[in-house]
Amino acid sequence: MNQLNALAGGLFILTVFGIVGLRQVIGCLRLFVMQSVLLAVSALILGIETGSIHLFAVAGLTIGTKALLIPWLLYRLLSHEIHARREIRQVLSIPTSLLIAAGLTIFAYFTVRPLLDINSSAFIRVNLPIGMGGIVVGAFAITMRREALPQLLGILTMENGAFMAGISIAPNLPLIAELAAAFDVLIIALVTGLLTRRIHRRVGTTRVGDMASLKEE
Amino acid sequence: MELSMVLLIPAVAATLAGIFGNRAHAAAAATLIGTLAVFLLSVHITFGPALGIHGSIRGLAGWLSCDYLSALVLLLVSFVGFTATLFSLGYIGRAVKAKGLARTARYWVRYNLFLLSMLAVPLISQVAMVWIAVELTTLLSVFLVGFEDNPEALEAAWKYVVLTCMGAAFALIGVLILYWGLRTSGAGEFTWAGLTLAGLRIQPAFLKTAFFFILIGFGTKAGLVPLHTWLPDAHSQAPSPVCALLSGVETTTALYVILRLLPVLTWIPGHPAGTWSVSFGLISAGAAAFLLLQVKDYKRLFAFSTIEHMGIILVAAGLGGGAAHLGATYQIMAHAVTKSFCFFAAGATLLITGTRKIDTVRGLIRTSPVAGISLMLGGLAIAGASPFAVFISEFSIIKAGLAAGHYVIIGLLTLFIAIAFCGIMYQINKMVFGRPPAARAAYRLPATCAAALAVAVIPVVLLGVFIPAPLHHVLKLAAFALGR
Repeated sequence: MNQLNALAGGLFILTVFGIVGLRQVIGCLRLFVMQSVLLAVSALILGIETGSIHLFAVAGLTIGTKALLIPWLLYRLLSHEIHARREIRQVLSIPTSLLIAAGLTIFAYFTVRPLLDINSSAFIRVNLPIGMGGIVVGAFAITMRREALPQLLGILTMENGAFMAGISIAPNLPLIAELAAAFDVLIIALVTGLLTRRIHRRVGTTRVGDMASLKEE
Repeated sequence: MELSMVLLIPAVAATLAGIFGNRAHAAAAATLIGTLAVFLLSVHITFGPALGIHGSIRGLAGWLSCDYLSALVLLLVSFVGFTATLFSLGYIGRAVKAKGLARTARYWVRYNLFLLSMLAVPLISQVAMVWIAVELTTLLSVFLVGFEDNPEALEAAWKYVVLTCMGAAFALIGVLILYWGLRTSGAGEFTWAGLTLAGLRIQPAFLKTAFFFILIGFGTKAGLVPLHTWLPDAHSQAPSPVCALLSGVETTTALYVILRLLPVLTWIPGHPAGTWSVSFGLISAGAAAFLLLQVKDYKRLFAFSTIEHMGIILVAAGLGGGAAHLGATYQIMAHAVTKSFCFFAAGATLLITGTRKIDTVRGLIRTSPVAGISLMLGGLAIAGASPFAVFISEFSIIKAGLAAGHYVIIGLLTLFIAIAFCGIMYQINKMVFGRPPAARAAYRLPATCAAALAVAVIPVVLLGVFIPAPLHHVLKLAAFALGR
C-alpha cells in the first residue's frame, strides 16, 4: 500500500512539473485532470489503510469537482482558449523553469523536514513533502506563465498540493470543512473563468502578463 | 441567536436584491435596511450584557463564537458596511447610468454577499472554516473590483484574484499544519479558543511553520510587502464605496486571522512570531511610505497608506505587552473608520472632477466645498495629524514601544510615519487648494453621498478627542485577547 501511495505521489509531482513545462493549454488542462485523479487515488489508499470515511469522501469530492466539474466548466467558458494551438508564452525558457522548479521542490522538502522528525507515519513522509512541492511549484508556475488559463491552473495546482499534504496530516478534519473547501475550489474556477472570458471580450487577449497599465511610473 | 442573525440578514438582503432584479431602488432599500440592522445588532452584541458577563458568546451549536476581538472587527465591518451602502446609493446610480438597472441590481447582490463573507470571518469559530470565509471575501469581491468593466479594472481584478488565491493556498497548508500539531498534542477542538488553551502543548516546530505560512498567505491579502502589488491596483480601480470596504475592513479581517494566532505562539522562547510580525510590519510601513511619495493617482495614495497602516498594526501587535496591544486595537479601529471616510471623500472628488489624476485636480475647495473639506479632513486624519483618532493610536503605540525599550524599531516606525505624513499632505494640499482649472459644468454631489460623508466623519473626529467608556472597555479587552 505504501509503495502504491509513493507511486501516486511521484506521478503527482511529475504532473506538477508538467504544469510548468508544457507548451499547450489543452495539455496543461489534461495534466491537471490526471493530477486530480492521482490525488483521489492517494486519498483512497490512505482511506483504506486508516479506515477513515472522511478520506473516501475527499476522494469522491476530488473526482467530482476537480476531474469532472471544473474541466467541464472551463470547456464551457473558455473553449476557444483551450483549443488555441499556439504556444503558451512564459517569462523564462522551459528548461530553465523546470530546473528552478526542481530546486524549489528540494527547498520545499527542507521546509517540512523539522516536522517529519517529530511525528510522521510512512504516508506523511511521502505526502507532506510532495504536497508542499506542489504548492511551491504551483506558485512558481503562476509567476512564470503570462496567460490567464495557465495561471488559473497554477492556482488549482497549489490547492491540489495543499490537499495532498492535508489528506495525510489532517485526515479527520470535519466533513463540512472538506465540503466547503471543494465548493471553494469550484468557485475559484468559476470566478476566474468568468473573469477571463470578460477580459477576452473587453481587452481582446488573455495574455494577462502583458496587461501593465497599472503601475507607478 | 444574535450571531446567526448577523449572517442571516445580508443573505436575505442578497436574495431580495436578486429577486427585485430591475427594480434597483427596491434592491438598494433592502440593502440599506439590512446593513443598518446588522450595524445595530453588532452594537447590541458588542455592548450588550451577554458579552460582558461571559466574555464570549456562542451561537449555532458552537460553530459561531464572538469574543471582544471578534466583536471589535464585527462592529467595524458593520459600520463601514452601512456607510458604504449609503454612499453607494448615489455613487452607483451615476457610475452605471448608461448601462442600465440590471447592473445596479447585480451590484447590490454582490455587495451583500461580500459583506456576508466579511461578517463571517470574525464570527466563525472553526479555524478551517475561517480560512474558507477569508477566501470567499476575495472570490465574492472580484466582480465588485472589476465592476467598472474597463481594461484597467479587469486587470486589477485579475491581479487581485490570482495573488490572493495564491496566498490563500499558502495559508491553507498553514491551517492544516496547525490542525496536525493540535491533533499530535492530543486534545482540544480546532477553534481559536481551543488553540489558545492547547497552545502550550503543541510542539513549537508545528506552530512556527504554521504561523509562517499563515503570515505569508493572509499577509498577501492584508497587503504586506513584498506581496502587496495587487493592492494599490484593486483598491484604486474598484468603485469608491467598494474601495472603502476593501481598504477599511477587508484588510482588517485578513489581519485579524494573523493576530488571532499571536497568543498561541507567545510562549515560544525568543517569540519568533513577534519578531516576524515586527519585521514584516516594518518593511511594509517603510516601503509604503516611500512608494506613497511618487503616486500620481489619489486613490492609489490612500491604498498605499493602507499598506502602511497594516504594517503599523502588525508592528504594534508583534512588539507585545499590554500597552502596545491596546495601541494595536485602537489603531485597527482608527484605521477602519478613517480610511473608509478617505475613500468616500476620494469618491466624491472623482464624481465631481471625473479624474483620478492628482495633477489635474486643483482648487477642489472652490469647486465643491463638501468634497474639498472632506478630502482635507480625511488626509489630515489618515496621515496622523492631531487631534484625530489615528494620531492618538500611533502616539500610544510609539509611547508603548519606547517604554518597553524598542528604540530602533520605534525610531524607524516614527520616521516612516513622518515620511508618509509629508507625502499624503503634500498631495492633498495641492488638490484642495490652488487655482481651480477652467470651470467645469457645475455638478452637485448626490445627497446620499453627502449623507454618507456626514455619518462617516463622526467617528473620525469624535474618537480623536473623546472615547466613550464602553468602547474603551471593548478595546482594552480586545487587546487582552492578543496576549496570553
